[in-house]
Amino acid sequence: MTSTPLLAIKNLSRTYGEGDSATHALRGVSFTVNEGEFVAIMGPSGSGKSTLLHLLSFLDRASAGTYHYKGQETTDFDDDQLADIRKNELGFVFQQFNLLPLASVFENVMLPLTYTHRKAAERRQLVTNVIGRAGLEPRTNHSANKLSGGEKQRVAFARALVMEPSLILADEPTGNLDSVSGAQIMAFLQQLNDEGRTVLLVTHETETAQHAKRMIKMRDGAIESDAPITNQYRASGTLLHK
Amino acid sequence: MPLRDLIATAVTALKVNLTRSRLTVLGVVIGVAAIMMVASIGESAQSLIISQIQSFGTRVISIAPGREPSGPSDFASIFSESLKTGDLEALRRPGAVPGITNITPIVAGSYVMEAGNESTSATTAGSAPFIQTMMNLELHDGQFFTDDDVAALSRVVVLGQDVAKDLFGEASQATGQTIRVKDQSFRVIGVLEGGGAGFANFDSYALLPWTTAHAYLSGTSHFTEIDIEVESEEIIPRVVADVEILLRQRHGITDPEKDDFYVNTIAEATEIVSQVTGIVTALISAVAAISLVVGGIGIMNIMLASVAERTREIGLRKAIGATNRDIRNQFLIEAIILTVLGGIIGIIVAIIFGIIAAIVLTNYVGLAWDYIFPIVPTIIGVTVSIATGLIFGLLPARKASHMDPVEALRYE
Repeated sequence: MTSTPLLAIKNLSRTYGEGDSATHALRGVSFTVNEGEFVAIMGPSGSGKSTLLHLLSFLDRASAGTYHYKGQETTDFDDDQLADIRKNELGFVFQQFNLLPLASVFENVMLPLTYTHRKAAERRQLVTNVIGRAGLEPRTNHSANKLSGGEKQRVAFARALVMEPSLILADEPTGNLDSVSGAQIMAFLQQLNDEGRTVLLVTHETETAQHAKRMIKMRDGAIESDAPITNQYRASGTLLHK
Repeated sequence: MPLRDLIATAVTALKVNLTRSRLTVLGVVIGVAAIMMVASIGESAQSLIISQIQSFGTRVISIAPGREPSGPSDFASIFSESLKTGDLEALRRPGAVPGITNITPIVAGSYVMEAGNESTSATTAGSAPFIQTMMNLELHDGQFFTDDDVAALSRVVVLGQDVAKDLFGEASQATGQTIRVKDQSFRVIGVLEGGGAGFANFDSYALLPWTTAHAYLSGTSHFTEIDIEVESEEIIPRVVADVEILLRQRHGITDPEKDDFYVNTIAEATEIVSQVTGIVTALISAVAAISLVVGGIGIMNIMLASVAERTREIGLRKAIGATNRDIRNQFLIEAIILTVLGGIIGIIVAIIFGIIAAIVLTNYVGLAWDYIFPIVPTIIGVTVSIATGLIFGLLPARKASHMDPVEALRYE
């Protein structure tokens, strides 16, 4: 398993528009991520970190370069193949939570399973399990718009985990949360990584990024630095554990 | 996405905007109900007219003088005197045309009738006693004229309700009285029951033996019509052919194009009426279909609004693994649920209105209007409403399915 990285990108570029008016959001980025890593992608707005996340999460297609996921080249995948990878391999957590506001916690967490052919009993079991893990049992039948920000993000985590993904993509997960909720969410993310799950975290907050084990800094569509975060460095951070 | 999940998702989404969903359904209800009602009324009207035609009996064929009219303005052909007493006698000759069970000539006219100081105009039909059976004529009182009356040129007359009332005030007062027509006196021997609709209404008629009509009223020896009843429907084509051969022979005609008479069958008349009412129904249905198109555009409008409002949701669904087809089906199912719901309610509304219309027409207008459960229109209604959902839901659904997930997730 260690021989094949979870994902490997090489000279990945993303250009919007054509000719003189073309915008080069990403200019030939290369790196690999192994299973079990916790990578923070940082950078100011316009640095290309969101574009990179969209490419890594198969929501967008690269203009040039290659992307091997679990050893398989994916840049020529069609829409259905990409949807299939997103469904079975990835778990998304967004800054805006992106819950269905009128649906219950249970229904929101169930959502990814509705795109599978799993049996109702199995679905219920999976949903109940992850709701338990996220500590949301008392809220199971509450509608999503009645929850606090921290609870909403935990629902989003539960939804991301229900399909047992290999890779968790968190896009500014604490961006809309107060510091206490934010810390809880980061602790949760760290716990998931401790269990062996690969985590990609996009953030512009240094404090948040310190939870990761490796930091990729982006600037002007290219990698500025790519280095591990030492335990020492992490220990100096605040808001670490709840 | 399994169908059960698709439907559950669609129902949840439609419940979010309940008022909007209801109004959208209303548009389809009106469209489907309009088409259904027109189709159903057309079917009932057709069956009413056909049943009136068939009340003459499906075993009856009718010979008329003149050429078959070539068009509505072809009057000349109608006023012909080609059917004469000799023809009737020839047809009646035993063995001349096998299979005939009854022959009834008709001498039609219109005359002023007087009784005391009262007078009225009536349509006279000189005929044979069999007309009573053929036209299902019931007597209010008195009796009908007999074959003996025909043989004896009796000056007897059977009056319709309106004629009897006009002349004697009360229908029941007429029998036994005398009326004058063309300065001849006739004895009223019976009065018909009133009512009946269309062709079956004889209220303004006066019936008398055809021999009497020839001798005292028309002064001629030709008929307006000769009706023939045959043993069974199956032999009608053969009887028609035999009648044509016989009459051509008698009239010295070798080229059928030059016939001075023509033969109608109830089957032909029924077919013509079916065609005409069918065309009329189809035309009005087409107009009613416009309302369904309007309903469909309503669906499209709402679905487009819904797609725009739920852009982020579409982005999220794609992010968690929904394929383009999943998204398209989700919105298509929503549109189809709206139209099928509208279709079902529309059909129920149409059936209720159809039954009310039948009750009103039967009880207050006096038509023998049967409510016919519109099987074909129901099938059409269901099919058309599903098709409407598919057609008008497809554009919004495709729009949703082709959204770029990145753009959709960013949508504010």
